[in-house]
Amino acid sequence: MTVQAPSQLQRDGLQKFSTGKFVAYVVLFTFLGYFLLPLIWLVISSTKTNAGLFSSFGFWFDKDFNFFQNLKALFARDNGAFGVWMQNTAIYAISASLISSFVSAMAGYAFSQYRFAGRKLLFGIVLGSVFVPGTVFAVPLYLLLAKSGLSNSLLAIILPAVANPFGVYLMRIYAEQAIPQDLIDAARVDGAGEFRIFLTIALRLVAPGYVTVLLFAFVGAWNNYFLPLLVLSKSQLYPVTVGLAYWNSLASQPGYAQVLYILVITGSVIGTLPVMIIFLFLQRYWQNGLALGSIKG
Amino acid sequence: MSIAKTTLPGSLDQKAKKPVVRYSWNRMKRKIIPYLFLTPFLLGFILFLVYPLFYALNLSMYRNRLIGGITFVGLDNYVKAFQDKNFWEGVRNVLVFGAMQIPVMLGLALLFALLLDGKLIRRQTIFRLGFFLPFAVPSVVAALMWGYFYGQSFGPIAQIATALHLQPPQFLTPSGILPSIANISTWQYTGYNMLIIFAALKGVPEELYEAAKVDGASDLQIALRIRIPIIMPAIALTAIFSIIGTLQLFNEPNILGAVAPTVMNSHFTPNIYVYNLAFSNRQFDYSAAIAFTLALVTAAASSLVLIGAFRGEDNK
Repeated sequence: MTVQAPSQLQRDGLQKFSTGKFVAYVVLFTFLGYFLLPLIWLVISSTKTNAGLFSSFGFWFDKDFNFFQNLKALFARDNGAFGVWMQNTAIYAISASLISSFVSAMAGYAFSQYRFAGRKLLFGIVLGSVFVPGTVFAVPLYLLLAKSGLSNSLLAIILPAVANPFGVYLMRIYAEQAIPQDLIDAARVDGAGEFRIFLTIALRLVAPGYVTVLLFAFVGAWNNYFLPLLVLSKSQLYPVTVGLAYWNSLASQPGYAQVLYILVITGSVIGTLPVMIIFLFLQRYWQNGLALGSIKG
Repeated sequence: MSIAKTTLPGSLDQKAKKPVVRYSWNRMKRKIIPYLFLTPFLLGFILFLVYPLFYALNLSMYRNRLIGGITFVGLDNYVKAFQDKNFWEGVRNVLVFGAMQIPVMLGLALLFALLLDGKLIRRQTIFRLGFFLPFAVPSVVAALMWGYFYGQSFGPIAQIATALHLQPPQFLTPSGILPSIANISTWQYTGYNMLIIFAALKGVPEELYEAAKVDGASDLQIALRIRIPIIMPAIALTAIFSIIGTLQLFNEPNILGAVAPTVMNSHFTPNIYVYNLAFSNRQFDYSAAIAFTLALVTAAASSLVLIGAFRGEDNK
């Protein structure tokens, strides 16, 4: 068979199934609306006054563009609580993702490059732990953190992120595919130490996988709600998720300040923006990384 | 530099005389190095996963009574858990939730992945990114947003219904709450699952389809007979992770509970029950037993899916 035969067939296929194509586009655009409209509604709502929220149509702007006043009110509420929450979330997500991705890369590298006693068993245990529901760890983790005096500190939610079994699993697969053994051997012959080889050669080769693990750890930490809710009781330590949920629970109470609704909405937009920007900015990396990971997975 | 070169175990120039002690020291080092690389992770793994697990297991075998203090009760808490109506009501809720949400979500994810993998659709990136975007939204924000969206006071659905002189649909009612939460989860995780399945499809060699096309197979036949069976392991994986996530459902009902307190009780899902047992009732020991029982239910549900997936493969 020649090379051209399949592409000719494909072209025929395209023309033959134009009804199918039309239906496919209708389905895809309908769902694009389903996935994006709520977010568009959220952004439009954040430009309204609290009264305008109730009096104007949800999918269009009110006569007053109130976004910047909302922003100002958001950061002023409760002596600047929202700014503190954003800062906590940033500290928490950045440090948790940096630490956990580096630690996962080291472990994944070890599993992929060395043969050592207990390798299979250890990896089996790590992989198995991915399937244990997080609930089982949450309560004892809270008790242990309270005992060690770590609860009510950001460390209490940063440190547990070090144990990222799924990250180790992904990094092992990337490392196996991306690091040629010859290159590592050559570096050894040249006298490079094992840790230097890892830092200067291996890390660069697994970069797409590394960014994927980093990004998903970052999003996981940024969006985390359960653990901080359990562990942190001081509101000045809250991440944005726990803070917004707290304001929402206040806003819903009968007779309480309903003005909080517009602040929760504006805060939701601000609290989500960084993650979205990073995802869009790094899409090439994580899409490649995700593809690499699931071929074997 | 040359020392390291000559002392490398298994290197070719063994003739170069080197002290035997040095050789074995290097061997030792080579043996230790992988463990050094693993140490930071294992430290975290043991401290924050393994140790809490055993701590909880131990905890679940005790009971703290006002009179008599802390006593060892063996498996009593588990016997109690298996007879606990509140717990099973929560399990029933999440199972009903999962039975309607997971097939819809994974069905859509598979459909989108198949559509976007073919050559049929141009500008795939818009759809891939657009569908995936909700995954970047914190589940708390997703629940808050949809909670307002469903709401009667300024929710757009109620607004549109009122404008059309229709009765605004009630979402956060006893019968509407589970589908309403299911919609939030579907909205949030379909795109993510689509990308996993999409990536698996990308790994299938193109020639497989071409051969079938030459034999006159239609696109639908190719999808059903070739593409879906090949990526079955990836689908099974997404199913298992969805089941684990579903059985642990917490954030969405916890947030919506603030908006609709009347339809949500303290044991609406097993995880909410665990949370309330531990933090409202201070029954840490019993809540640990409930958490382990939930893990057992999860394992049972996951293995059922695995068995189903592989049996499906054998039949093909």
